[in-house]
Amino acid sequence: MSTSPTLPLAFDEARKSGGFLSSLLSSDFPRSRILTFILLTILVVLAATPFLFSGSQPLSTAAKICVFIVLVASYDLLLGYTGIVSFAHTMFFGIGGYGIAIALERLGATWSSVAIGLLAALCLSALLAVAIGLLSLRVRAIFFSMITLAVASAMAVLASQLSGITGGEDGLSFQLPFELRPAFKLFSEPVMGVAVNGRLIAYYLLFFVALIMFLLLLRIVNSPFGRVLQAIRENEFRAEALGYRVVAYRTMASVISALIATVAGALIALWLRYNGPDTTLSFSIMIDILLMVVIGGMGTMYGAVIGATLFVLAQSYLQVLMDAASKALAGVPLLPNLVHPDRWLLWLGALFIISVYAFPGGIVGRLRQARQ
Amino acid sequence: MTEMAAGTTTSSEPLPRAKTDLLPLLIVPALALLALPFVGSGSTWVTLTVAGLAMGMMIFLMASGLTLVFGLMDIINFGHGVFISLGAYATLIILGPLAGWAQADSVWLNLGLLALCILAAMGVTGIVGAVFERIIVRPVYGSHLKQILVTMGGLIVAEQAIHAIWGASPIPIPLPETLRGAFIIGDVIMERYRVVAVGIGLIVFIGMQLLLNRTRIGLLIRAGVENPEMVEALGYRIRRLFVSVFVAGSALAGLGGVMWAFYRQTLTAGMGMEVMVLVFIVIIIGGLGSVGGCFVGSILVALVANYVGFIEPKLALISNILVMALVLIWRPQGLFPVARR
Repeated sequence: MSTSPTLPLAFDEARKSGGFLSSLLSSDFPRSRILTFILLTILVVLAATPFLFSGSQPLSTAAKICVFIVLVASYDLLLGYTGIVSFAHTMFFGIGGYGIAIALERLGATWSSVAIGLLAALCLSALLAVAIGLLSLRVRAIFFSMITLAVASAMAVLASQLSGITGGEDGLSFQLPFELRPAFKLFSEPVMGVAVNGRLIAYYLLFFVALIMFLLLLRIVNSPFGRVLQAIRENEFRAEALGYRVVAYRTMASVISALIATVAGALIALWLRYNGPDTTLSFSIMIDILLMVVIGGMGTMYGAVIGATLFVLAQSYLQVLMDAASKALAGVPLLPNLVHPDRWLLWLGALFIISVYAFPGGIVGRLRQARQ
Repeated sequence: MTEMAAGTTTSSEPLPRAKTDLLPLLIVPALALLALPFVGSGSTWVTLTVAGLAMGMMIFLMASGLTLVFGLMDIINFGHGVFISLGAYATLIILGPLAGWAQADSVWLNLGLLALCILAAMGVTGIVGAVFERIIVRPVYGSHLKQILVTMGGLIVAEQAIHAIWGASPIPIPLPETLRGAFIIGDVIMERYRVVAVGIGLIVFIGMQLLLNRTRIGLLIRAGVENPEMVEALGYRIRRLFVSVFVAGSALAGLGGVMWAFYRQTLTAGMGMEVMVLVFIVIIIGGLGSVGGCFVGSILVALVANYVGFIEPKLALISNILVMALVLIWRPQGLFPVARR
C-alpha cells in the first residue's frame, strides 16, 4: 500500500514534515516559491500597514483586503472544494453586517450588543443556509445556483424595503464600543510614530479575526470532511456509492461557508461603522467575489488571498491607469469608451473567462505548475 | 435477451400515448378562483388577473428560450439576461429613424413599429447568440460548474459592452401613442399594452407548441431532449440542431426584452439580470427543460405576485420564493419534470 500511486504525493510529504508551521497551515503549504514569497509579502504588509503608510486611505484598503480574503476564502470552500455555485454569499455577508448594525444601533454601543448582533446573525445565516440547502441540493446541484440567486435577490429587496429595521436604501450608521473609537488611546505616547488609538485596535481586531478565520478554513478543507467534499466535487455518484451522504455534506459545507461569510460581514460593518445594501448586499459584490475566486485560483484557499488582494488593489488603482489610457486614445471612435475607467469590469470579465478556460487553477494553480 | 427482443418486435400494439399530467394545469384556475373572495370586488379581480396574465406572458417570453436550451443541450446559461437587455437596446436601432411612427395616431403604424422593433431585436440577439454559443459556451459543454462561471463572465463583459456602446445612463423609451392608456369596460380596467403582451405571448406559446409537436424539427428537438446520442446515431447533425435552438432561444429572449423594455419604458444594461431572478424561479417551478411547465410557472408566479400584492403588499416581495418553495416541496423536480437527467 505504501507504493500506491493514487495518493497525491504532496499530501504525503506534508504529513511527514510535521512541526508548528505545518500544524498551523494544516499541512497545506503554498507549494511554490514565488507563491510563498507573495503570500508572505501580503501577510507582512497587511500586518504592518498602520506603521508603513500614513493616512486613512491605505488602512481602509488593507482592512477591505482582510475582510475580502475571509469572504472569498469561505466562498472557495463552496465553489472550489465542493463544486457548487452559490449566489447567496453576499446575503450572508449582509446578514452579518446588518446583525452588527442593528444591534449596535438599537442596544447601544457596547461589546455585549456586538456579541448579541453577531450571534443572532450567525443563527439566521445557519437557518437560511440549511433551508436553502435542503430545498435545492436534494434534486440537482444546478438548482442550488438558481435558488440562491432568487433568495438572495429577495433578501436584498426585503432589506431595502423594511426601512424601519434596516434603514432602507440609506442603511444604518452607528457608534462603536468605546475601545474601537478613534478617541480611545491605549498608550498616551505614540508607538514608532503611530498613535495607538481605537482605529488601530479595530484594524488589528479585523486582521487577527481574518487570519484566524483563514487558518480555520484551511484546517477544514484539509480535514477528512474536506476530503469528502473534494471527492463529491470530483465524482458525486462515486462518493454516494462509497456511503457518503452527498446532500448532508454539501449542506454542511454551505452552512460553514455561510457562517464565515457572516463573520466577514460583521467585520466590515465594524470597520465602516455603517452598513447598507450597497456595501454588503448588492449583486455586484457577488460578481466581485466570483472574479476574485476564479482569478486567484479555485480550490486552493491561497487563491482567495491573491485574488482578493489583486482585486481590491485593482479597484483602487487600475482605474487611474485606465483613465490615462482613455485620455491618450481620445479621438479614436469607441476605443476611449472601452478603456474608460468605469469599464474596468469589462477587462476583468474577459480575464475571468480566459481564466476559466485556460487556467482553471487561477494564478495559484499557474504558479504551482511552474514549479513542476 | 433474444426472447425479449423477439417479444418487442412481435407485439403489434401501438405505443401507449404519453400520459398528460393535468394536475399542475388546474392550479392556475384554482388559484385565480381562490383569490376572488380575498380580492373582494369582481372588477378588481379581472383587472388584476389580466395584468397578471400579461406579466406572466412577458416572463414566459424571456424564460422559454432558456428552458428550451437547457432541455436540449443541458446548458444553463446564466448570461441569458444579457440577451434580454440586448433585445431591449436593439429597439433603439428602429426607434431612432422611425420616431415619427411612434407618435402617429394610427394603431397599425404603432403595431408595425412594435413588430419592426421585435424583428430587429430578434435579429441582433440571434446573431449575438450564435457568437456567444461559439465563443463562450461551446468549450464548456458537459460541465455545469464551468457553464455557470463562463456564462456569468459573458454576462459581465456583454453588460459592460452595452455600457460602452450606448452609454451607462438609463435611456427612456416612450410607448407608441395608441398603445398607451387602458381599455375601460364597466369597472374593469385593462391596460392596452398588457393586452398586446398577452396576445404576443399566446402567439409565441402556440407557435412553439405547434413547432415542437407537429413538425419534423420539433420531433428532432424532442428526441434530442430525450436522448441526443440516439438522434446522432440515426444520422442527424445534433450540433446544428443545438446551435439553431440556442440562436432561437436567444432571439426569444430578445423578443421578451423588447416587450419588457416597453413595459418599463426605460433601458438599463442591468434590466435583463434583474428580471433573470423571476426567470429562474419560473423555470425551476416549471421543471427545467419543459416549455409547457415554463408557461404554467410564468402565469402562476405573476398571478400570485399580483394577488398577494393587492391583498397584503408587504408579503409580495417574497411571494415568488414562497410559491417556489411550495412547488418544490410538492414536486422536487418542478411541475413537469423532464424525463432525462
